[in-house]
Amino acid sequence: MEGSIRKRVGAVATWLLTFILMIIICVPGLWVILTAFRPNGEVLAKPPVWIPENPGLGNFAKIFGFGGDQIAIPVSAYFANSLIIALTSTVIALLIGMSGGYAFARYRFKFKNGLFLGLMLSRTVPGIALSLPVFMIWSRIGLIDAKMGLIIVYVAMNVPFTIWLIDGFFRQIPKEMSEAAQVDGCTRWQAFWKIEFPLAKSGIASAGIFAFLTSWNEYALASNLTRSTDSKTLPVGLMDFTAQFTIDWAGMSAMAVIIIVPALILTFLVQKHLIAGLTFGGVKG
Amino acid sequence: MATKRVPFWQREKYTPYLLLLPAFLILMFVVLLPLLFSLYTSFTGYRLIRPESLYDWVGLRNYRRIFTDGDFWSAFGRTILFLTIALNLEFLLGLGIALLINKITWGQRTLRTIMMFPMMFSPILVGYQFKFVFNDNIGILNNALYALGLSDGAIAWLVDKYLAMFAIIFAEVWMSTSVFAILLLAGLFAMPRDPLEAAKVDGCNSWQVFRHITLPFLMPFVFIAMTIRSLDVARAYDIVDVMTGGGPAGRTELLWTMIARTGYDNARMGQANAMAYVSILLSIAFTYYFFTKLLAARKYMGGAE
Repeated sequence: MEGSIRKRVGAVATWLLTFILMIIICVPGLWVILTAFRPNGEVLAKPPVWIPENPGLGNFAKIFGFGGDQIAIPVSAYFANSLIIALTSTVIALLIGMSGGYAFARYRFKFKNGLFLGLMLSRTVPGIALSLPVFMIWSRIGLIDAKMGLIIVYVAMNVPFTIWLIDGFFRQIPKEMSEAAQVDGCTRWQAFWKIEFPLAKSGIASAGIFAFLTSWNEYALASNLTRSTDSKTLPVGLMDFTAQFTIDWAGMSAMAVIIIVPALILTFLVQKHLIAGLTFGGVKG
Repeated sequence: MATKRVPFWQREKYTPYLLLLPAFLILMFVVLLPLLFSLYTSFTGYRLIRPESLYDWVGLRNYRRIFTDGDFWSAFGRTILFLTIALNLEFLLGLGIALLINKITWGQRTLRTIMMFPMMFSPILVGYQFKFVFNDNIGILNNALYALGLSDGAIAWLVDKYLAMFAIIFAEVWMSTSVFAILLLAGLFAMPRDPLEAAKVDGCNSWQVFRHITLPFLMPFVFIAMTIRSLDVARAYDIVDVMTGGGPAGRTELLWTMIARTGYDNARMGQANAMAYVSILLSIAFTYYFFTKLLAARKYMGGAE
């Protein structure tokens, strides 16, 4: 009897803790989303308006420049820049990462552990610390305020982690499969594309999504290497709002929603592979 | 048939190096060369507004100056404190959350997906979100406290020295705890059942089982999470830059915001690069420490080659 009461108390406590946890995780984001759909006057109202009284898409129309009153921040240009920069750097990082990941997964060679550690350490350099010399060099070779300048930086930022993930995915594929294909007359190159690549495809895709998100979300370097609508990305553009004397909370929230929605959709797509990749790559090494 | 001489790039021995070549070329160009350049710059009195000062060799003056600067040391100390509190909290909360979700059978997948949300937020968004939450005038936190009758006036979360630091740590922990939770949960899923049951049969209580079986098994996962986290501890720069910009009056200044201010706002590149090197060594030390721990834990698991 006592045992079952203790069990029930335990179950209630578990649910209560989970509930509080979910509130802490979800409420700040939900509040931003709610704000994105309400007029700025309602945000500033005292006493606060909890549930939007006249929700609408006004803020989105404004930041994208539809309708009469366009605000001074060119969000559509930032959006296009972000998309181009993130997609291009992801594709390049994946190609380089597949090549490197395959090398680590399938070959034994001198300095293997040292090279791997070197790769990882190159990723640890804080973005803001790296931005100083990159800024000085890029401004000499004309890569400041150019999409290409950011793309190159993001490829380098993503390569180490992509190699780590893809290495893990290739390791999960038994070596014997591609060896059998080679016995049957395939070259190693053919065996890779016919056997290993299809099997690791979903893993590689999730590495790609991770790289995309890193580029999509990056701020420390982008804020110093970009100047204008030629190359400014969404996270840098978000700061445009705070530069003004009064913060346009509603417009800023609408822009925040635009940044987060692609990221959340991608999260749903990869979650399973990403966890598997991180843990297997790391533990089984 | 005479054996054809294979050109060296087709020899098996060189293949892995060739496959790794693109990765190392790009890292050389974007990371290694700039870092060498910035090492050189840290020994000059380079200021952005005077380009010729790039050749103005000043030896160790920049380093002497920052190491005798009280503001630098307080930013350095604050950074260490910030990292220590944040990483430990993230680990403990992540472990707690993983154990909690592991217990729940109904709706576990949904909970796990929601857990991953903060991981995908751009740090700049996390900063903005909490700047909004902690705003003294219109923030949801003050509004809620007021509505519940818990406070009678506006609490200046981002202005008070301690509260501002608390708000920043809160944002950082909110963003990064899920890395630990997700990886530790994966570890719990991968855990074999037999030792647990054997221990229960032998009369261990649940604390002993946790301490001597579950926790040692989870350690490699803890170190993976720590390694992944230490790879980009400097992400906190984005959060601080949005939320307080290092203010009020430098009270939330971390090493990284100080580098940005010295380098870009004050245009003292030489000195900023000297600080940047301190921050790089700090990050490398963190990562190296956890990476060696991870390698040791892997050996213990018997998985390493």
